[in-house]
Amino acid sequence: MDPLKNSDCQKQKADYQPQGKQCGRREFLKGAARVAAMGGAAMLTGCGTDMFGSKEERSLRFKEYFKKNYRLMTQEEKEQTVRRLERLAKIRNKVDVQMSTKEPIEGVLFGYAFNVTRCEGFMECVAACVKENNLDRKSNTQYIRIFEMEHGQMSPEAGDGKYFHQVPVEDHFYMGVQCFHCESAPCIKACPTKATWKEPDGIVVVDYDWCIGCRYCMAACPYYGRRFNWNDPVVPKEEMTKKQHYLGNRMRAKGQMEKCTFCVQRSREGRLPACVEACPTGSRVFGNLLDPKSEIRFVLKHKKVFRFKEDLGTDPKFWYFID
Amino acid sequence: METTQENVVVENSHKKGIISFVTDVIRWNLTGGIGYQLYLCGLAAMVMLGIYAYSVQTNLGLSATNMSDIVSWGFYIGNFTFLVGVAAAAVMLILPAYMFKDRDLHKVVIIGEGVANGALVMCLLFITADLGGPLKLWHLIPGIGIFNWPSSLLTWDIIVLNGYLALNLLVPAYILYCQYNNREPDERKYRPFVFLSIFWAFSIHLVTAFLYQGLPARPFWNNPLMGPRFLASAFAAGPALITVVLVIVHTATTFKIEKETFNKLRLIIVISAIINLIMLFSEIFKEFYLPTHHSLPAIYLYFGLKGSSALVPWIWTAISLNLLGTLTLIWNPGKNNPKVLFPACILLFVGIWIEKGMGLIVPGLVPSPLGEVIDYAPSWVEVCVALGILAVGMLVVTALIKPALIIEQRFEKGKASR
Repeated sequence: MDPLKNSDCQKQKADYQPQGKQCGRREFLKGAARVAAMGGAAMLTGCGTDMFGSKEERSLRFKEYFKKNYRLMTQEEKEQTVRRLERLAKIRNKVDVQMSTKEPIEGVLFGYAFNVTRCEGFMECVAACVKENNLDRKSNTQYIRIFEMEHGQMSPEAGDGKYFHQVPVEDHFYMGVQCFHCESAPCIKACPTKATWKEPDGIVVVDYDWCIGCRYCMAACPYYGRRFNWNDPVVPKEEMTKKQHYLGNRMRAKGQMEKCTFCVQRSREGRLPACVEACPTGSRVFGNLLDPKSEIRFVLKHKKVFRFKEDLGTDPKFWYFID
Repeated sequence: METTQENVVVENSHKKGIISFVTDVIRWNLTGGIGYQLYLCGLAAMVMLGIYAYSVQTNLGLSATNMSDIVSWGFYIGNFTFLVGVAAAAVMLILPAYMFKDRDLHKVVIIGEGVANGALVMCLLFITADLGGPLKLWHLIPGIGIFNWPSSLLTWDIIVLNGYLALNLLVPAYILYCQYNNREPDERKYRPFVFLSIFWAFSIHLVTAFLYQGLPARPFWNNPLMGPRFLASAFAAGPALITVVLVIVHTATTFKIEKETFNKLRLIIVISAIINLIMLFSEIFKEFYLPTHHSLPAIYLYFGLKGSSALVPWIWTAISLNLLGTLTLIWNPGKNNPKVLFPACILLFVGIWIEKGMGLIVPGLVPSPLGEVIDYAPSWVEVCVALGILAVGMLVVTALIKPALIIEQRFEKGKASR
């Protein structure tokens, strides 16, 4: 397609030519690895057989293990890790993914608004989010929660987040909750390894590979905005979104924290997050807070807006409004 | 002076030096009666069980536990929190022994330090067991990784726990090494470190309390009384455990402990336990006089919420044990008889363990920030890993205390015959 991607592909090919020559040896190595696996399996019961891949896989995983925090990587190192991850996805799951490291666009600060009056609780946003962000189907991970609420209250705490019936229900309204990308986010302060941070465009992201899985950020978040990979996430190959971002919807592994990224893989390309695009009622508004002509600025200016748990001083970039 | 000391130890023909010190310590640890050997085998079996359970957890991920996105910390972190208190409590022996030169407590301070080190090792293991990516721990090492200090309270905790472990290993090791060589340890050399370790003991428990206290997201934890209450409960539970260990040492070995020592420990425990109960009462009053949304975790803990009440029997058991243990120790029916102190201290210890473990961690997370209530109980993997860690802790305590007592006894004998 675009020239940038084409040159990437060529680079990738060039990178792996040397390994291509060793193809003859690969069979032997596979056999050797299998023997080693059988011998080692008794000792390393817990590590599973996927410890022992091909030589190429092991070398890639070795380099991945020792890579730096994403924020400390040079652009070249970012490219390298992305190529490695693409190759690993090909080897292990036989999928072709295209992973981006696209930087934030200058002069952009993302914000979100949710129309409490319009939402009818169809949960199309949830389904779109699960699909777009490659969320674990096994544990049914969801970034977005929709609460069905009776009139007379304005906090999801009083609502029902597990409703399963035909919507909308009379005399009820619906309120969506997800990561609010707080300007002063407690999760960022809590992380002992700086594996989670706020990008210049306001998106709070996680470097999945840098996260040690202590879950202190989860305890610190007052909005239930974070999710942990209790098991190795499972996404059927044919349902996987292959256009990925390093900080976004690439595949996570067990023991890592993850969260809503305002679909960084889409929003930085100028597209709307999957939830906004999927919403059939137009309850979701997303845009650039620094652009006076954006829809989100219109909402903030002309609607009565409020934020959830404002008393905590987290300064979320997510507003609710009423028509 | 050096030569006269050398002459005195005629009956101890052991060579001096660091190598013989280490080999002797190992030898003393491995030799013992059949009961001792069985005890070691039992602990080894528990460690194996723990390793097996942990291997299951490594394989399946933390989904092998009963934790979830709502109850994201459970049995592991509960035990960790409680054991930090046990470790900190050694200061209740160190302070009077080294600072006020209390002779009764000086005789047993080494046991207190051994217990503290065992507790610290368990703390570090519990944290590691709770991590999603233990192999990525190097990400924390400054230089090759990123250490988010001073922003993250977790990094503070890592510093204070490891520092306290180092202090509590170094000072006793120096004293014992001197005594092993029949030298009186030089107080000027270790006193600054003792000062530091006293300060440090308070810091480990305060920092661990701040870990929770500093989170406005969790109203049950976001409570300025938490730090002080941690200290009070720790200074009750820790000396209670030390008393239990002393009773075991007293009955199982030739090292005899005087009634006055037990009495002093009992007083420390009683005072701390009373302060703890006063603060507990203050907390309960605040939560229930005019209950707010922020009282929901306390309601969940003491009475159950939305049909979930898994913690209710536990917390009431804990409070009953707490009261019973404290009252028994105040009343002191056996007049410091170890046979009475032993069960009373165990009651108090278990009471505080429930309250400061599961009773503290789980209600901090339930109801969730979005008001959802779920029950949590540890899975078999969590229980078995915890048992394995407990066995490691007991092995550490044994391995530190056994040679320490032999060296101290020999030294005292040598001093007496001098």
